[in-house]
Amino acid sequence: MTIELIAGAIKAILMIMAGLSLSLFLLYFERKGSALIQDRIGSNRATVTGLGKRMGMPNLGIINTTIADPVKMFTKEDFIPAGADKFLHTLAPFLSLFPVMITFVVIPFGDTISIAGHRIGLEAANLNAGALYLLATIGLGVYGTALAGWSSNNRWALLGGIRATAQMISYELAMGLAIVSVIMTFGTLNLQEIVRGQGGVWFGFLPRWTIFTQPLAFILLLVAGAAETKRIPFDLPESESELIQGYFIEYSGGKQAVFMLTDFAEQALVAMLLTTFFLGGWQIPWLMRDGFHLPGGAILAVPALAVSLMGVVAFLFKVVALCMFLGMVRWTLPRLRYDQLMRLGWKGLVPLGLFNVLVTAFVVVATGRVQ
Amino acid sequence: MPPFLFIFLGALAIVSALGVIVQRNPIHSLLALIATLMTVAILFIGEDAVVVGFLQIIVYAGAIMVLFLFVIWLLNLQVETGPTGHLALKLFGSLAAALLATELFFILAPPHLRVKFTREPVGYGSLASLAGKLFTDYLVAFEVASVLLLAAVVGSVALARRLPGTDDPRAARKVAS
Repeated sequence: MTIELIAGAIKAILMIMAGLSLSLFLLYFERKGSALIQDRIGSNRATVTGLGKRMGMPNLGIINTTIADPVKMFTKEDFIPAGADKFLHTLAPFLSLFPVMITFVVIPFGDTISIAGHRIGLEAANLNAGALYLLATIGLGVYGTALAGWSSNNRWALLGGIRATAQMISYELAMGLAIVSVIMTFGTLNLQEIVRGQGGVWFGFLPRWTIFTQPLAFILLLVAGAAETKRIPFDLPESESELIQGYFIEYSGGKQAVFMLTDFAEQALVAMLLTTFFLGGWQIPWLMRDGFHLPGGAILAVPALAVSLMGVVAFLFKVVALCMFLGMVRWTLPRLRYDQLMRLGWKGLVPLGLFNVLVTAFVVVATGRVQ
Repeated sequence: MPPFLFIFLGALAIVSALGVIVQRNPIHSLLALIATLMTVAILFIGEDAVVVGFLQIIVYAGAIMVLFLFVIWLLNLQVETGPTGHLALKLFGSLAAALLATELFFILAPPHLRVKFTREPVGYGSLASLAGKLFTDYLVAFEVASVLLLAAVVGSVALARRLPGTDDPRAARKVAS
């Protein structure tokens, strides 16, 4: 009992730290990766004693983005505009970060692992109603942005806040419908069970990942997730060209850093959700408990501990790859207009989601079994 | 649920519920209401009614309170400076308070007056048992409620619809009547 409690606490902290470090990586990727795609140089100034430069290495901007940027932000003046609601203005950034951080704990990042005779499941909280928890916490993210917009006593901020609220509520629906069709496929709300159900192969070679049975739901969750994180092409709440910075225009210093962190953490969360629901979570193709079962029939034995650790690495790999994909979408597509955004949400994604749920229900009832 | 947790959450719920009526700024009241709903939801989850608790967060804290926020913004409600409200409002408020007090009396009353509580079996609040009840014992009520909601949706779309060629949503109503 105590060991489980301690293990649970360690896993929860580990998962939140993983989310934060992934956000830091995304910050780096945002600066340098976007430069690479847009044929710019990107951040290349800060160095430690100029050592790398003297040795003739190109500046990768790692110190710039991971050390100099955060330090600069946190040492700037924390400004609260006149007429602002001081309490809510301070509370809002944390209100938007908190729901994302607590959502990380239900994501399964590996199979079970045996340490000193104890079997420990590699997820911080193995909830039977995991998918419900997920929808509940994601839904709470609205308040941070809405209240940030309202409490700043600024018209642009209020407009951004209202846009953000409407957008997040609309796309939550499509997100929920995509998740519902996955839940129906597996007949469980437990995320670890959903990932376990994606083990094994079809036709001897195709991994049983949900993306092959529910391609439409994958696209729905991808689009709705990108909209939920309020990023280009769905960054209307903060569109620089019309609202300057939108709901966090009046934020500076550490609080603005918290908003940026929320953005990146949300992106990491969406990648984790897509991985868990559609890309087999920690599953590696053809890898069973005892080793690789290759399509040809060859078996490659792998020790149990290595299988567990490889699962964790595979999960991280998939998440980082999806994060990069989401980033590339961001630097490729132009921003939607607001009516286009609403039309896509309500007339495009929601009916498609309902259709997908209906088809899934027919298939589940007709075949009489879940995956 | 351990007693200390129950007492802590219960106290938090009461304090935030007090916040709803004590705060003069409507947005602060709304935040206090969200806090109340969240604490009650956690109490539900702690008492094994997991699905009800999560649904309370999703539906009430996550959706309906956002609607309240929009209403407060659209009506441009300001900070109240003095006592307001009609006499009828106060009357109904007192009536509701009296009803709640009566209810509390029958829960805390001496044993021969007290209402009987039954202990539900473990797992009664899981999704499986809830869905089982909803789709067998209470299927008709469930379907009737969904038809009602559908009618409401169709009605609101019909009211807000624009006729082709006009920008005025009121024109549609004129034609419809």
